Amino acid sequence: MTTEVSAAEEFVPPSAPDFWQPLVGDGAFAITRSMIVMVLVTIGLAVVMMLATRRLAVVPGRGQYRLEGVYGLVRNSIGRDIIGSEHFRPYVPLLFTLFTLILLNNLMGIIPPVQFPTMSRIGFPLALALGVYVVYLVAGVRRRGLGGFLKNLVPSGLPFWVVPVVFVLELVTFLVTRPVTLTLRLFGNMFAGHILLLLFALGGEYLLLEGEGLLKLVSIPAFLMFFLFSAFEILIAFLQAYVFILLASVYIAEVYADDH
Amino acid sequence: MGAIDNAAGVLAAAETGEGGFWEDAYPVIPHPGELIVGIISFAILYLLYKKYVVPRLETMLAERRRAIEGGIERAEAMQAEAKASLDQYRAQLAEARNEAAQIRDQARAEGQQILEELRAQAQEESARIVARGEEQIAASRSQVVNELRGQIGALAVDLAGRVVGESLADEARRQGTVDRFLDQLDGMSAGTPDGRSGSTVAGGTR
Repeated sequence: MTTEVSAAEEFVPPSAPDFWQPLVGDGAFAITRSMIVMVLVTIGLAVVMMLATRRLAVVPGRGQYRLEGVYGLVRNSIGRDIIGSEHFRPYVPLLFTLFTLILLNNLMGIIPPVQFPTMSRIGFPLALALGVYVVYLVAGVRRRGLGGFLKNLVPSGLPFWVVPVVFVLELVTFLVTRPVTLTLRLFGNMFAGHILLLLFALGGEYLLLEGEGLLKLVSIPAFLMFFLFSAFEILIAFLQAYVFILLASVYIAEVYADDH
Repeated sequence: MGAIDNAAGVLAAAETGEGGFWEDAYPVIPHPGELIVGIISFAILYLLYKKYVVPRLETMLAERRRAIEGGIERAEAMQAEAKASLDQYRAQLAEARNEAAQIRDQARAEGQQILEELRAQAQEESARIVARGEEQIAASRSQVVNELRGQIGALAVDLAGRVVGESLADEARRQGTVDRFLDQLDGMSAGTPDGRSGSTVAGGTR
């Protein structure tokens, strides 16, 4: 930068390295902040779910009513309606796990004192997408056999010279595009959302501390935007969890669809 | 693990200097540690949900469905029972009405019968009374006839004696004559329908 401005006063916009927050050690197996959040969220969900489902009443109380609301959304609105009432049951645990885990991790992006979205580190959405990937591939091969599964990639009734092209395209879609897009969508949304929040927070802070005269007042709209986007992030958190299991259901449903 | 860690660290340090590889790595490159933690957390939570949480919720939902269906079934059974008893009551009521009508008809018929019997009895009685009256009339007539026969005989004999002027000496003969005369009279009135001949005889005698 220019020599006149000292390093302390220069505004550094948030960028990718801000997400790398090793707590213990360094390198490929360092224990990072997002790992801790993930583990805490997992433990929290496990404890809450085990306790909440220990005594379920036929006539629900308030807490059970809320739990049932979330479970009903995953089980009926997504699982049953998309996969179909005949086959959805074995996939309910997977969908419910994905939904609660993603939702709570996403909400961690705005809940103090954590305020770090786990899914903005691509390893975690990749882990979840790999789970879905394995499930729908295994289900597809188990249902039709490997040959049937591969054959089913190509819709029937195509001219013979199109078949190889479509086959390759569909195979790439199945094996690469789907898990990658599933991962990138969740990662990208949480990453970008957090960068935006960081920008407003850090920018507002910088303006307030380093700004001259009336420029300090510009920090007010910056902080307002921070709160606005924090609220917006709640919506995004829910939406991304919903979209993730929606697409997972669509991929699983295709296994049971008789026509392509 | 430590070896890979060191290798990565060394590699990162060699490439980017002080910040380390993972600090300046593209954010789309997954950090192996995070990926592993993600997979393990996901797997543990999934197994927990699969083994406990979802089965518990499903059991509860099934129970609720059963309870609701049971309630509906119970309500249906009660309704059926109510309908059955209503039908029974209606049938009983109809039966009772029927019976009442029967009893009324029977009573009416009995009344009719009694009336007819009474009428027949009365008719019989009246017939008997009439018959007895006739008998009595016949009896008193014959009595009167018998009485008259005696008196007329005596009167006729007395008159004849007075007209003839002589007293008929022979009582037996006189009695025979009178009887013969009376029989003649009787025969005339009974045998010939016209009493004119008799009267002519009487006139002739006079």
